[in-house]
Amino acid sequence: MGEGFAAALPANPWNWIAVWRRNYMAWKKVALASLIGNLADPMIYLFSLGTGLGIMVGRVDGASYIAFLAAGMVATSAMTASTFETIYAVFARMHDQRTWEAILHTQLTLGDLVLGELAWAATKAFLAGTAITIVAAAVGYSTWWSVLYVLPAIALTGFAFGSLALIVTALAPSYQYFIFYQTLVITPMLFLSGAVFPVTQLPGTFQQVAGFLPLGHSIDLIRPVMLGHPVGNVGLHIGALSIYAVLPFFISAALFRRRLMR
Amino acid sequence: MSKVAIDLAGVTKSFGDKPVVNGLSFTVASGECFGLLGPNGAGKSTIARMLLGMTPPDAGKITVLGVPVPAQSRLARKGIGVVPQFDNLDQEFTVRENLLVFGRYFGMSTRKIEAVIPSLLEFARLESKEHARVAELSGGMKRRLTLARALINDPQLLVMDEPTTGLDPHARHLIWERLRFLLARGKTIILTTHFMEEAERLCDRLCVLEHGCKIAEGSPQTLIDEHIGCHVIEIFGGNPQELSSLIRPYVQRIEVSGETLFCYASDPEQVRVQLRGRAGLRLLERPPSLEDVFLRLTGHEMEK
Repeated sequence: MGEGFAAALPANPWNWIAVWRRNYMAWKKVALASLIGNLADPMIYLFSLGTGLGIMVGRVDGASYIAFLAAGMVATSAMTASTFETIYAVFARMHDQRTWEAILHTQLTLGDLVLGELAWAATKAFLAGTAITIVAAAVGYSTWWSVLYVLPAIALTGFAFGSLALIVTALAPSYQYFIFYQTLVITPMLFLSGAVFPVTQLPGTFQQVAGFLPLGHSIDLIRPVMLGHPVGNVGLHIGALSIYAVLPFFISAALFRRRLMR
Repeated sequence: MSKVAIDLAGVTKSFGDKPVVNGLSFTVASGECFGLLGPNGAGKSTIARMLLGMTPPDAGKITVLGVPVPAQSRLARKGIGVVPQFDNLDQEFTVRENLLVFGRYFGMSTRKIEAVIPSLLEFARLESKEHARVAELSGGMKRRLTLARALINDPQLLVMDEPTTGLDPHARHLIWERLRFLLARGKTIILTTHFMEEAERLCDRLCVLEHGCKIAEGSPQTLIDEHIGCHVIEIFGGNPQELSSLIRPYVQRIEVSGETLFCYASDPEQVRVQLRGRAGLRLLERPPSLEDVFLRLTGHEMEK
């Protein structure tokens, strides 16, 4: 089945762009609603928890609680934007709308298609994360120059979570199964990765688990930059996120092939 | 360019332990319209998928446009246009945007796509709908757009899975007319259908399938001559069992399909004489058609 597996790989380095452009064209028609949808959730968390809890918490890691939380919300918004695009929108294009069927009838391979979807999910994560960063800088929770340094980390976070969610999409029989991924993986990760409170508050075992979670690596890259602290272990965090971005992509491509090319 | 557009040799495919295609072989010449005919579940759609490299065969060899499939199906698909069984147009896009997006999947530049869009719209008779959203189109218009979209890469071969299922007669005739236009321009078409009229009007040759096996192959006229070769009288309005025992001695063969009796007789007058004076019966005498072939070849299984 060696030749069959080639279908699950991108045929060349640029074919995916056609898929990305298709999604961009569809998004442009509903851009405002989509952006508001992506931003509302993290903004509500940021300002309600930030101001509400901030009064009780005082300072965390040498910063105001709301500034601490803002960095967490940047990474979280990238995670959720990428995840939701991949589980709901990609599943719709694969399943109900038959967009994938049409694409697979052209010269594109399944690998080109999946890569295009991943790049698009990462783009949406990038837009959402960047918007929160700009808001945070505008209200003075971080410096403007830090925005520039944070952008690549947001994009990488988008790729990592898009890639992971592709596996879920490839395996899910219907939409109902996505709720498990949301409630059992994504939401716990939010609390285990130091998005809303420092990881050091967790019991030791959980801290070790947190060390493996992609959101933790993302926050460890983004938060120090936004708070103006030195970033430790840059290589480790980038390496871990890169593995999360690359490995699940290939696994999902193989799973999609098994699902669609029977 | 090779003279053979499609070649299947001993192709077999099972899903689980259910065989779907069973040792199938056929060849389609360039410029030919070839029909795959069969009842639901005969394996037609699976064969269409196999030609595109979407379903790997368990055994056998498939060559499309001179290229082995699925090994090099991407290369084959560059020269193929597909009209799928169910519309998979982008609903939120306009007619024009659908063509634009699809051309890009074939690696065409925006300028090149924009250069061919007018002729595709003209072909599909959708000039006035260029900026309409797909959701606003009628079923026939959507099919024509799907057909235009399938032509964007100027394919040599069109693979169509039930191209006119679900269309009203007007829309269907327009699609047939457009397909004949393409055949006149030298395109090769392979289509699956269970419309006998469609197969009879369009196809140079066809292959009748049942349970993934080929049970007949030839031109529509050859199949009719070989398998029927005499007049047909359709009788309805009576008890089929009673009538069939009455006229059986005077006909070659009788098929009962639902409440209709199909009598195959070289001397129809004798049948008429037998039935004279019976009230409420309606008789229709006509030359044999592909539908008779289909009923004869595939009907027995349905009786089970």
